[in-house]
Amino acid sequence: MTGFHTAADLRHACELKAAHPDATLIAGGTDVMVGLNFGHTSPAALLDVSRVPELREWSREDDTIVLGAGVPYTRIVDELGGALPGLARAARTIGSAQIRNRATVGGNLGTASPAGDALPPLLAARASIELASLRGTRRVPARDFFLGPGRSVLADDEIVAAVRIPVAAGAEQFAKLGPRNAMVIAVASVAVTLDPPRRRVGCAVGSAAPTPVVAGDAETFAGAELDWDGRRELPASVTARFAELAAAATAPIDDVRGTAGYRRHAVAVLARRTLTWAWQEYRRS
Amino acid sequence: MTVAPARPVAVRDGVGDSARRPDAVAKVRGEFAFSSDLGHDRMVWGATVRSPHAHARVLGVDASAALALPGVHLVLTAGDVPGVNRYGLERRDQPVLAEDLVRYIGEAVAVVAADDPELARRAAALVRVDYAELPALTDPELALSGGGPVLHEDGNLVRHLRIRRGAMPAAADIVVVTGEYEVGMQDQAFLGPESCLAVPDADDGVDLYCSTQWLHVDQDQLADCLGLPAEKVRLTLSGVGGAFGGREDLSVQAHACLLALRLGRPVKMSYGREESFVGHVHRHPARMRYEHGATRDGRLLYVKADILLDGGAYASTSAAVTGNAGCFAAGPYEVPAVEIDCRSVYTNNPPAGAMRGFGAVQVCFGHESQMDRLAAALGMDPVELRLRNAVDTGSVMATGQRVEGPAPVAELLRRVAGKPLPPPPGTDPRLLPGGMSNSTRAEGLLRGVGYGLSVKNICKSAGYDDFGTARVRVLARGGDVLAEVHTAAAEVGQGLVTVQAQIARTELGVERVTILPADTAVGDAGTSSASRQTWISGGAVRAACAAVRARLLERAAEVLGEGAEALRLESGQAVSELSGRAVPLVELLVTEIEETAVFRHRDTQPLDPETGQGDAHVAYAFAAHRAVVDVDPELGSVRVVEIACAQDVGKAINPAAVEGQMHGGIAQGLGLALMEEVKVRDGRILNPSFTDYLIPTTMDMPPTVLDILELPRADSPYGLTGVGEPPLLSAPAAVAAAIRDAVGAALDRIPVTPEAVAAAAVGR
Repeated sequence: MTGFHTAADLRHACELKAAHPDATLIAGGTDVMVGLNFGHTSPAALLDVSRVPELREWSREDDTIVLGAGVPYTRIVDELGGALPGLARAARTIGSAQIRNRATVGGNLGTASPAGDALPPLLAARASIELASLRGTRRVPARDFFLGPGRSVLADDEIVAAVRIPVAAGAEQFAKLGPRNAMVIAVASVAVTLDPPRRRVGCAVGSAAPTPVVAGDAETFAGAELDWDGRRELPASVTARFAELAAAATAPIDDVRGTAGYRRHAVAVLARRTLTWAWQEYRRS
Repeated sequence: MTVAPARPVAVRDGVGDSARRPDAVAKVRGEFAFSSDLGHDRMVWGATVRSPHAHARVLGVDASAALALPGVHLVLTAGDVPGVNRYGLERRDQPVLAEDLVRYIGEAVAVVAADDPELARRAAALVRVDYAELPALTDPELALSGGGPVLHEDGNLVRHLRIRRGAMPAAADIVVVTGEYEVGMQDQAFLGPESCLAVPDADDGVDLYCSTQWLHVDQDQLADCLGLPAEKVRLTLSGVGGAFGGREDLSVQAHACLLALRLGRPVKMSYGREESFVGHVHRHPARMRYEHGATRDGRLLYVKADILLDGGAYASTSAAVTGNAGCFAAGPYEVPAVEIDCRSVYTNNPPAGAMRGFGAVQVCFGHESQMDRLAAALGMDPVELRLRNAVDTGSVMATGQRVEGPAPVAELLRRVAGKPLPPPPGTDPRLLPGGMSNSTRAEGLLRGVGYGLSVKNICKSAGYDDFGTARVRVLARGGDVLAEVHTAAAEVGQGLVTVQAQIARTELGVERVTILPADTAVGDAGTSSASRQTWISGGAVRAACAAVRARLLERAAEVLGEGAEALRLESGQAVSELSGRAVPLVELLVTEIEETAVFRHRDTQPLDPETGQGDAHVAYAFAAHRAVVDVDPELGSVRVVEIACAQDVGKAINPAAVEGQMHGGIAQGLGLALMEEVKVRDGRILNPSFTDYLIPTTMDMPPTVLDILELPRADSPYGLTGVGEPPLLSAPAAVAAAIRDAVGAALDRIPVTPEAVAAAAVGR
């Protein structure tokens, strides 16, 4: 490693990134430092964005939360549980208290691991990612952000500046599965959002494909089948089909954390449960 | 001389009190110095070059690129080992640095010294080793059958223990159950990775500060490897961050000494977590085939067991673990006829060795799974079946040895079975299976209850000359009496220094006791394992105190003009029981008194090589567990709701420390039951970090209900028996049994994964 650069503000960060396109961004360091310490990654340089004020705050613009990429999960849990219940639920499942104090959504996006717990809620909620560079700022739908494991549309000179997430219009759920009751990397995870005004369902799956994936067929199916006006109980046939379609959206692998078959099975179970819980919440509201 | 009437004041923090650990506050505050915190002004750092192959010829080592880096001082290989290039606890079969052959992935081939740890690691990566890969033998069954390459001169069988007792009954009206069980490879997961500081001395010797479980066995092996007399290899125990058996074998010690002696500079070595996973031995993975036969009313008639342990590339303690697994394969039950074959083999997997429970844990999962299966076949309550067959004092074990001393096996089980059951699951998802993952609202939740009973030997077995040494000095200082206790016994976190001080206080009636650092300047204490140190080193401290006390009383007798036999020590005085007069000890200590004592337990015998019969064990310890679990049958997630454990400790020298051992043992047992497994494929560890080698968190560890019996033994200090291992032994079996009870299906392998639970629940 040849350099360590510290950005004072977003403009400075973009300048540094343009000057050092091979630098790896570091904020909380909960991924980057693990990679460094294990010798799995050897970045040419580190670009510290942990002190960039623009990344450390969130704001509300009408029905959208603009979440700075460097806001740690602890603050998402504490401050955004009402506006973004799905993301906050996912944030609660991440690592330990110490990890949540440092880790950020920007880090999950930068690492682009299919197991990033914050990612399925962003996809389900149809968030968009704000990418900043000296060339300007562009917005990419979260659903189009990921290209493969560890790969995204982020260009060499770009920085994840913020995530724009619609304020929840209805119930949002997130559930994951791991072989331990806390501090565990997901074997599978599912996020579901209900958007009653638009009669739309969001559903995304983590840890079951090369990237976090949207279960589009499941979304369309549920959007059409749910009794938005009558709010009648969900028929078992609907949850079963929804679960099937969610599982069909995955392309899991066998690895040290679980087999492909089990991951697919777990996605189906979690999809059925999260839709049921969200619907129950909607019926009560 | 002051001769005053006695003031009877009981000594504080003596035997039986929950004296506070001297290191407790420092450890909680992060201020305690572990061996990884050691430093020296002139020190350089060592790093290890390790084999990437499970089995390969070493054709050559080229260190030129590493040595070309500025700040790299030295690279050593096998040819640089001045003494015998072999170490090992039972047989010296493991090279300090590989010669022409490597037998496992992670085997040390060369060591590097450089100015800083990062540079040393980079240099190690630049050492070029040419290998010619050989076929790797990673399947223990294949190793046993004689297939595949022969890995050691005497073949691939490390040990075969054959136990035969009684005649197998004729097959009439016998209920027979069979089962095959597997236990995965558990890691000790101690928090302080291997580390040490070796400081060369002007006399061509070396002072080594290190974490270990047994200073003298390290010294013995190091002296031979370094080609030095033992007195030139002096060891001092550093702060040990946990051990659990994983520090019985050498790791960094020989490498650091080699580098330090060659360089003439202090050398520090410290593994990272990933290296630690290949840097120490693990619990033996086990495959077990069982057959139990019983009468219709649930009396065991026979047990057949065939057990295979994967010893990995080197012997370590495999032979002794094999002995233990064989001896306890039938469990704490009266069985008229046994046919047990327990074998361990060499493979090209990572070496297996000592871990808390030492062979008894694996077979406990086997025999307890069988007892549940038998109970089901008999239509009998599993508790009742166990009660009907439990050993008691006077019972005969599988090895023909009669159980002497307390054996309250049935009582322990009754106690855990009699505890009220925990309330039904609530609605807080954090307390349901999945915990923080928010994966269930109790959909289809199943509750289960399971039991485990266990037995293990305490102290060393089979004729081993097991002893401990203690030196106790009493002196006057600042108008007060001070006792110093010096042993080589390793405090590894279990609280031995606390216990030693408690014993000295009680024996000498002195409040101020200093435990000197453990080192090789005093005689051998034996190992901090086999649940033996309180018994053996505690016994040695007690004996040395008794010798000191005798001399103090002689002096007091002179002063008081009374016979020493009527005098006793109390609260810093010698007190006459006849006249009530007393003399302060401080006045008797114009010159200090020092005594050294060696303590031995009674002799044991080796097992008969044909029948496996013999009085091989000093003592048996027993524990009972009851686990209550909630299971999410669809996902297979498990939440352990409560674990009850009852254990007979003879005498709780420090009740708080006993409870600590029980909490820790239960947590480690729960880990083995549900998640802790070193996953190995083709000889390679797939999960060498705490990201994927999972140990229980506070969200996994349930409340415990502890029951400590104190039935004194006649043959041990204060009637105590070892407490460290029993609370682990049957915890995994109980948790697995509870999950089976919940899902109503067989689960024959631990750790029980969510995937296996989900599959079992579907198939039920």
